[in-house]
Amino acid sequence: MSDIILKVSNINKQYRLGLVGTGTLSHDLSRWWHRIRGKEDPFLKVGEVNDRSTKGESDYVWALKDINFEVARGEVLGIIGKNGAGKSTLLKILSRVTGPTTGEIKTKGRIASLLEVGTGFHPELTGRENIYLNGAILGMTKSEIKAKEDEIIDFSGCARYIETPVKRYSSGMRVRLAFAVAAFLEPDILVIDEVLAVGDAEFQKKAVGKMQDISKGDGRTVIFVSHNMAAVKSLCTRAIVLSNGQLVYSGGTEESIQFYLQNGNEKGSDTLRYFSEELYNEFFQLKKTSIRAVGKEIGEPIDRNDTIVFSTLISNSYPKNLYLVYRFKDAQGDYIFVSSSAFSDFKLDFEGEKEVLMTIPSHFFNEGSIYVDVMLSNGRKVLFKEEDALCLIIVQEERELGEWMGRTPGALKPQFKWELSN
Amino acid sequence: MKDNSWLYTISAKRKLLDLNFKEIWQYRDLLVLFVKRDVVTVYKQTILGPLWYLIQPLFTALIFTFIFNKVAKIETGGIPPFLFNLAGVSIWNYFKTCLTSTSDTFKTNASIFSKVYFPRVILPLSLVISNLVKFGIQLLIFIAFYIYYYFQGAAVSIDSSIVFFPIVVVFMGLLGLGLGMIISSLVTKYRDLTFLVTFGVQLLMYVSAVMYPLALVREQMPKIAWLVEYNPVAYIVEMSRVMLLGEGAVGMFGIVYTISITLIILFFGIIIFNRTEKTFIDTV
Repeated sequence: MSDIILKVSNINKQYRLGLVGTGTLSHDLSRWWHRIRGKEDPFLKVGEVNDRSTKGESDYVWALKDINFEVARGEVLGIIGKNGAGKSTLLKILSRVTGPTTGEIKTKGRIASLLEVGTGFHPELTGRENIYLNGAILGMTKSEIKAKEDEIIDFSGCARYIETPVKRYSSGMRVRLAFAVAAFLEPDILVIDEVLAVGDAEFQKKAVGKMQDISKGDGRTVIFVSHNMAAVKSLCTRAIVLSNGQLVYSGGTEESIQFYLQNGNEKGSDTLRYFSEELYNEFFQLKKTSIRAVGKEIGEPIDRNDTIVFSTLISNSYPKNLYLVYRFKDAQGDYIFVSSSAFSDFKLDFEGEKEVLMTIPSHFFNEGSIYVDVMLSNGRKVLFKEEDALCLIIVQEERELGEWMGRTPGALKPQFKWELSN
Repeated sequence: MKDNSWLYTISAKRKLLDLNFKEIWQYRDLLVLFVKRDVVTVYKQTILGPLWYLIQPLFTALIFTFIFNKVAKIETGGIPPFLFNLAGVSIWNYFKTCLTSTSDTFKTNASIFSKVYFPRVILPLSLVISNLVKFGIQLLIFIAFYIYYYFQGAAVSIDSSIVFFPIVVVFMGLLGLGLGMIISSLVTKYRDLTFLVTFGVQLLMYVSAVMYPLALVREQMPKIAWLVEYNPVAYIVEMSRVMLLGEGAVGMFGIVYTISITLIILFFGIIIFNRTEKTFIDTV
């Protein structure tokens, strides 16, 4: 039997939706009244599975429901899941930032987390003073920090500015310094959340290298959360998949990633969408819209080598100026570009029910999530609009260990023509 | 595998009074650094720097002297009014800063608390200690004036009970800490309290015997004297004046009452704080 260092049993976490306001006091009183009578919390029973996109009945949701897993010493566990699957909540509970609603976690080692670097930097203090303060916040003692001070300064590459208040630092320098402090933490269990997304390419390479040293070289137990499948694949020895607050898969890294990609797409909410009743009038109706790769079924993972087809089923009884518009957004919700059939002078002047197809060539999008709004317009105004109707996930191809794990910035990664002049 | 090998357990339920002293001890360096941060950074990029610590009580005492002693003619029993007020203002300020700064703990530190774990109680503790440093500086200026008035021939005399003065100061800090912890915990959910604290503290000063001796209220306004008599802060202010200036009197009741109320408030403060620290991040 392997040496279990962390044991998570029946963890549940409930959140209340909406504002904390007028209802709070009455709910609190009701809770308290139930408790002194020795009864169960009345609001623990309500609450439902946390699915962001569907409208729920109750004010309470379960951000995590019945999470059970164990981590052995020296293991590098990856946690993967979509936005809102409960990854961060789980990490917050693991790092004791917030408590679970029910259930318990037992650990044999000190847990330290790199939830977000640069926590607790004080702008008025110098870089060196902040190293000490930040290190202490993360759980190091003064002597531990002193022993590593030079290494930290060296790793951060901010030696010249170390006696300058941090408020004069560039944001990049601040991140470097913060990561450097965190990287020299030596807890028994290290919890890492998406820290690879900091700094420039050179620093990212350094950071990933350090991560690998920590997990591979020192045999430390690491819990790693990332959307970066390439990084998960190369760092983790095992992974679990969360979906809507539930643990849906646990196993080897490869299998988990496979499960995540397929499961994520099969859900139907991402690459295939049936429109609700409201999106019609007497003339037009948006019925469904979908994304697939040429030569693949709807729901199969799409990567950069695929040509992508957007298909929207429209029923039309008034063949006049009607245009279909897709608006593309990145994961942060910023618009990347808009593609309208009007740009190509393509009118939807047909009668009856037809599928409108739009093709995007391969090697156009970068890896990552692209959110798509679907709209119908008559050239003057928008008739219908469904925001985030589709979510296109371009998956990463596997990379060799040692190759840069990061993702080039930007939502697009098109292939242009490169040549030498004569 | 038996449970006794686990280092610690994270769970929903927690014992009522669960102060993990061992853990606080482990984080002592953090405590020191927080204190240092608070003391050093407040007046960075100011010209007068730490002199501001002195200017505040000096001017408050000056204004009090003018209004309450010159205009309102409050008797201070032979003690120079300015010195009387300076003593009251300094000890009151210590209580006030402890209370107001700790009552903000969860709200102002939400960004740190939402990222990393450390025993949350470290922060209010560090505030009480850094305020103690400021109070120490203010005490120095008090001593300087004391010596000045002494050589001027004023009727000031140090009481032998001065040896208990540190204990009085500690209790003042603990009272502020306890109240601050209760308020900070409730503020995470009910923001209304922030408004209550800012003007409540001001009102509290007037019933805390800061600018008048305790005996004066008993004499002149016996009907509302209970307001002051059941206020532990008033006793602490009066006690410190007894010790520093030899002026005033606190009976046995006052001492026992103050000690027990402080301990009760601190006890409840720790309980409520402990309950809140686990999940406040969801509601703040």
